[in-house]
Amino acid sequence: MEYVIAFIVGGLICVIGQLLLDVGKLTPAHVMSTLVVAGVVLDFLGVYDKFIDFAGAGATVPITSFGHSLYHGAIGEAEQHGLIGVATGIFEVTSAGISAAIAFGFFASLIFKPKG
Amino acid sequence: MASQKQASRINRQTWHFTEDVRLQASAVAVGPKEGEGPLAAYFDKIHDDMYAGQQTWEDAERQLLEDAITTLLQKAGITGQDVDLILAGDLLNQNITTNFTAEKLAIPLLGMYGACSTSMLTLANAAALVNAGYANKAIAACSSHNATAERQYRYPTEYGGQKPPSAQWTVTGAGAGLVGIGGKGPRITYATIGKVMDMGIKDPFDMGSAMAPAAVSTFLAHFQDTGRTPDSYDLIVTGDLASVGYPITKELLLQEGYDMDQVYNDCGLMVYTPDQDVFAGGSGCASSAVVTYGYILDQLNRGLLKKVLVCATGALLSPVSYQQGNSIPCIAHAVALEGGI
Repeated sequence: MEYVIAFIVGGLICVIGQLLLDVGKLTPAHVMSTLVVAGVVLDFLGVYDKFIDFAGAGATVPITSFGHSLYHGAIGEAEQHGLIGVATGIFEVTSAGISAAIAFGFFASLIFKPKG
Repeated sequence: MASQKQASRINRQTWHFTEDVRLQASAVAVGPKEGEGPLAAYFDKIHDDMYAGQQTWEDAERQLLEDAITTLLQKAGITGQDVDLILAGDLLNQNITTNFTAEKLAIPLLGMYGACSTSMLTLANAAALVNAGYANKAIAACSSHNATAERQYRYPTEYGGQKPPSAQWTVTGAGAGLVGIGGKGPRITYATIGKVMDMGIKDPFDMGSAMAPAAVSTFLAHFQDTGRTPDSYDLIVTGDLASVGYPITKELLLQEGYDMDQVYNDCGLMVYTPDQDVFAGGSGCASSAVVTYGYILDQLNRGLLKKVLVCATGALLSPVSYQQGNSIPCIAHAVALEGGI
């Protein structure tokens, strides 16, 4: 059952993204930022963690969870180091994802050539 | 002499070429997708790979332009030394395809930018300079490449951004025509220079709607200035309005009293078949260039077409202008080609 919920919830987030593209006429970059900020706002409201408990990977795989991780990192460090912690902590949780994107991007570019 | 001058300038927008100015030869080089299209038989050189044997797509586009021009010289049986001037342009910043290629060819260059209207912008000007005696032989040429245009105007293809059905597929190719006095080939009789039109369209994935009013404006000026009607021509084409802009143009002209139904087509619709996954159809400088310098010139030379009006449409946006929320100004230039050998 949790697989079904994850599948449907993750798909619904993608539907929102597609609607922003097609109906909202936003650019792909704007859609991505909107979803990330939505994740931050939902986490601020205390909703996103409950959302993850409910939907599992359906909530952690889409880009909204990147906003959730940004917020968690920033708040976690802010509690220890005050305001400066917001700046130092924002990429604390997400750094593994960012590093992976850079590393895999680099290796892919060594092997493949775009075909147009 | 004074009367001849008056005859050359019909009106503010329309020029009449008073000498026997002819499109003496032409050549076209294209990429793989165009080579699989319905007009493949009319193209001189077809590259089966988007890189055209080069390291980058920008180099590939230069190769296409160089192929078109060198093939043109071979077909005309002349060398670069016999040509006074190249008038050319492309879609990349600072016209790099044109500038780098002209350096290799060592022919004096007039670089021009009219976005996808460049094919007829250069041809009209080449005809005017030859008619006036400033050049004995001039080459009009232009190029576009799907991947360089995507990188320039939208997103690099590696980014994998989605496109709506109104988007168009930039034609990978280059076309070149040799303009001179006398000899064989169709006569270049009229050119109508367009005004920039901006109807407030902001979507770079819907160029057809943005460009249609510019095409209509130029057609109206051409018909009014020359006293011609759509029936005066066997074929009238626009450059790259594709399946979105084509019906809009037809409808707007019908409202103005010009029924285009029997003679009108669009190069962006002619260059591919609908099953080639090109969204609304072809676009880019090369759309009108490869169709005109390939198919249309062949038909004129064989007498299958007698009078053709080519109206190349261009969207004059830059990445900066649309990112700052500006709408897309557009332009269209038309050139009339007549007769055969």
